[in-house]
Amino acid sequence: MIAGISIYDILTLTSILFFIGVYGFFTRENLITVLMSVELILNASAVNFVLINTYLYPDLLQGAVFSIFIIALAAAETALAIAIIINLYKLIYSVEVKDTETMKY
Amino acid sequence: METIIFYILAAIIILFAVASVTSRKILRAVIYLLFVLIGIAGLYFLVDYNFLAAIQLTVYGGGIIVLFIFAVLLIHHVELELEKTALKKKLIAGALSAAGLAVTLWAISTYPFPVTDTYTSIEVADIGLLLLSYEDGGFILPFEVISVLLVAVMIGAIVIAKGKKLTENN
Repeated sequence: MIAGISIYDILTLTSILFFIGVYGFFTRENLITVLMSVELILNASAVNFVLINTYLYPDLLQGAVFSIFIIALAAAETALAIAIIINLYKLIYSVEVKDTETMKY
Repeated sequence: METIIFYILAAIIILFAVASVTSRKILRAVIYLLFVLIGIAGLYFLVDYNFLAAIQLTVYGGGIIVLFIFAVLLIHHVELELEKTALKKKLIAGALSAAGLAVTLWAISTYPFPVTDTYTSIEVADIGLLLLSYEDGGFILPFEVISVLLVAVMIGAIVIAKGKKLTENN
């Protein structure tokens, strides 16, 4: 644990990070930037897992393991989403959210 | 000392996160996201999870950011500016996020977390043993499922990104 920092400070920080991600998810109109907001949200939750593990159950490791799984899933999700975005750009020459109307052609 | 470092890291993370979701130059937004991820790796170092910090730096800073930069360079002109979001949409999104943040912070501040004062350092070997243990509470099954998932994603990404052009069909 971090000396002089309570768990409330850290959870406040990660909550702010999470909702900045939510704000970006609502306002962005480009698929890549939407994906970046999702990364922010995932990161905030991964930090929460690790820090709650450190503060509440320092002799267990479950939080760290879940965090590793979240990072692996985020990497997989990003790779797949970017493949889809590049394919979409090949199909309709645009990656704006408003132009992606049909998923199947 | 650690307190000061934590507040510096928190300021870096929040400032660059805001810059990352509001910047209209897309490549700059990606670089701001990189700074956020490095700040979070610093947070992991601060709580002595060196292995997770290393994973964060290699997978996020090294892998995902490079993927984003490649995608941006493949799709956009580097200097291209994104469309301005309508003010009404910004206000609604900001209000919704602020409301969600307020509810979350209220829930956090009223919940009595049973914080312990003991401290044990984390060894990488412990994480590895837990991931491969097949006893009670071991993580061997999720670990294998993640491996299969990564293979599936790799194949899927290759197949999807290869795709056909629409002009060939009609």
